[in-house]
Amino acid sequence: MAMLQMQRISIYALKKDRKRILELLQRRGILEINDIIQEDNVFHKMDVTKARSGFEKHVVTANEALEILNRYAPLKKSMFSALNGRKVTSIEDYSAFSGKYDDSVQVAVDLISYSKEIAELKAEIIRLEAQIVMLTPWMKLDIPINFSITEHTKSFIGAISKEWSLEAILDKLKDFLPVEVEIISSSKEQTCIFALCPTTTADGVYNILRSMDFTTPGVSMDKAPVEQKVDLENRILEAKTAINKTVEAIVSLAKYREDIMFLQDYDRMRSDKYEVIGQLTQTNNIVVISGYIPEREIQEIEKSLNKDFLVAIEVEKPSEEEDVPVLLKNNGFAQPLEWVVAGFSLPGKGEIDPTMIMALFYYMLFGIMLADAGYGTLMVGVCAFCLIKYKHTIELSLKNFLTMFLFCGIATIFWGVMFGSYFGDLFDVTASTFFGATQLPIIPPLWFFPVDKPMLMLAFSMVLGLIHLMTGLVIKMYQLYKQKEYKALLYDAISWFALIVSSAILVVSLDMIKSMMGPGVSIPPALTKVATIIAILASIMILLTNGRESRNPFKRFLKGAYALYGITGYLSDVLSYSRLLALGLASGIIGNVINKMAAMPAKSPLGPFFFIIIVIGGHALNIAINALGSYVHTTRLSYVEFFGKFYGGGGRFFHPFQMKTKYYKIKENMKNEN
Amino acid sequence: MKIDDLGIFFAVLGAALAALCAGAGSAKGVGLAGEAGAGLVTEDPSKFGKVLILQLLPGTQGIYGFLIAFITFIKIGVLGGSSDMTLAKGLLYFAACLPMAIVGYSSAIAQARASVASMGILSKRPEEFGKSMIFPAMVETYAILALLISMLAINGVAGINI
Repeated sequence: MAMLQMQRISIYALKKDRKRILELLQRRGILEINDIIQEDNVFHKMDVTKARSGFEKHVVTANEALEILNRYAPLKKSMFSALNGRKVTSIEDYSAFSGKYDDSVQVAVDLISYSKEIAELKAEIIRLEAQIVMLTPWMKLDIPINFSITEHTKSFIGAISKEWSLEAILDKLKDFLPVEVEIISSSKEQTCIFALCPTTTADGVYNILRSMDFTTPGVSMDKAPVEQKVDLENRILEAKTAINKTVEAIVSLAKYREDIMFLQDYDRMRSDKYEVIGQLTQTNNIVVISGYIPEREIQEIEKSLNKDFLVAIEVEKPSEEEDVPVLLKNNGFAQPLEWVVAGFSLPGKGEIDPTMIMALFYYMLFGIMLADAGYGTLMVGVCAFCLIKYKHTIELSLKNFLTMFLFCGIATIFWGVMFGSYFGDLFDVTASTFFGATQLPIIPPLWFFPVDKPMLMLAFSMVLGLIHLMTGLVIKMYQLYKQKEYKALLYDAISWFALIVSSAILVVSLDMIKSMMGPGVSIPPALTKVATIIAILASIMILLTNGRESRNPFKRFLKGAYALYGITGYLSDVLSYSRLLALGLASGIIGNVINKMAAMPAKSPLGPFFFIIIVIGGHALNIAINALGSYVHTTRLSYVEFFGKFYGGGGRFFHPFQMKTKYYKIKENMKNEN
Repeated sequence: MKIDDLGIFFAVLGAALAALCAGAGSAKGVGLAGEAGAGLVTEDPSKFGKVLILQLLPGTQGIYGFLIAFITFIKIGVLGGSSDMTLAKGLLYFAACLPMAIVGYSSAIAQARASVASMGILSKRPEEFGKSMIFPAMVETYAILALLISMLAINGVAGINI
């Protein structure tokens, strides 16, 4: 439960060392660069846009090359490959890569040009195929389509619209005999003809044909269509072979895949490094690197820097006005929930890191909403398997996610046992359907069945909600105390705490609630009396003080009254925890319904088979939907009801200068895990 | 036909309405969110998992409605057992189912609209996914309250002797 103390560190180094120092800092990933020195005659900044754009171009090229490789030579991926995380590589490999750099760039460029070649060849094939289609009506013609003229004759090759018979055409041309007409092919839309006439009558024939919408074919070739088609087909074949060859060439480059991945990461890092260089102020010989660093890292980095470089290091406490970034630090139990807190907002000035306290409630609330020992066991099993099998390679974010569900699963088992739910009532249904058991339930709940006593469950949910809310108020008291806001502590926190707790006692002592709870609950009359007095005193205090920023006493009183009306907000907050009952019942009853449906066909010969299918499918669906619901609503209860009492957030993320790589992570020395 | 024969009719009508209205609302809502989600996944397929969560959020009302219908069936003995009841009791069951039916329908659609808007957050600021989930979840509160009231009412009606 803590935020790491941040310090401002300034490193003064020789300009010739700056790249190597930055590389070291980048690998460590512990420093957020934040320069405060203004540019002037001595200090200036460097323009790095040109260098950066070169690196960025390589990153894009490598990315495109990898996409091409994945298309033509896909890697086999197992279902769990996402759990493997980035590959770890040593700093020696990193330095050695500069030797392979140019070759890798060349391979990436080649891959892209191959891919372009393939695209062009494919376009060519489509063009050739279109030509074949156009040729099809002319297949019976045994002379080239562009044949037109001999010494004494003129020929017309083309199509006239609509279907024509030979007689009809000859009839049209009867004034210009002799003329030879041949129908090559005909369809409803057009008739393809070959017409031959002496050159003397050619104009007349042409005019008649024009009147019949004569058009010359779109293809013009100097070979007969049959031969032409063979030619085209050969060219398509050639293009296809060329494509295959190019694909083979691409596949043969697949062995450089890792180099290209490395190239992408390498230039991504270099681009980031140059971005930082552009932010640094430097003189002709000296460069200043300034930024925020967690206090615990200072010694280590000072040692490393002093070992290899000539540097001067200055550490100071950030001033009050500075917007210092926030980095949370929690133990293994609460750490998985840091991203849930960050999803709301990081702690602002004067606020504590709420992760640990939130975690206690978070896991419990999730457990109550899902509340099934069977589902919990499944969750724990799957998460534990992934975490153990991939513990060395898994990425931190995924690890946190799985660990969170591991703890949620444990809580789910606990509450499942309390409420007697094991895959709904699967054991009971199986026993009574197949083994004729009559003594049910097989495993009685440790506490009670929520389905049988919904009112008890409702009361339990609300009491839990009240505790959750009051914990939030206590944290608010602590924060106000730390900020030395003693007035606000008394008026805004303690008075409310007293009012809410005493009102809760009064509510429980009401006859109506008593009758709902059953005879077990009773509040001694003395306690009721004390609670009444405290409630009245607290109300008066709130009425008089909560409008204290107004000078006008009348306005002040009205504002106080309005603040007191805020107690309805607490009422609705507490009621909001009834979702624990509703979601708990929903997941339990749907589980029971699935079991009941599975048992319906169980008496038939194939009954056990159907039973197993329905049970597996149904419970898989139920666990998916209800785990999602539990997660969403637990988060909501934490964000809205709990954080609403004390937590504003507004802290800034700590964005260290680090390796934002996609495929590799580089370890300085393999044993140093962070 | 005796007038009390109508009791079971009204009880089944209530159960059917709970499943029907809430289910129809959820179907409409999940469909609405799915349309927006499909658009977002076209742009960025890697967001599929998160889009799916947002799409599913308005789907719970249908499940709640189904739940209420099923509990009612069990209590009135439609799924085996005797189903004799007075007209008054049947009408009480009918009334008990109404919150889930009506609130289920309208909250599913309202929640879907919040989900669709949250997908905008997901597309422009994917790092704020935690917040984007809360907006639709706010709407769901009222479906849960309706579920609770319907459930308590059905339980209560089953115990009344009229």
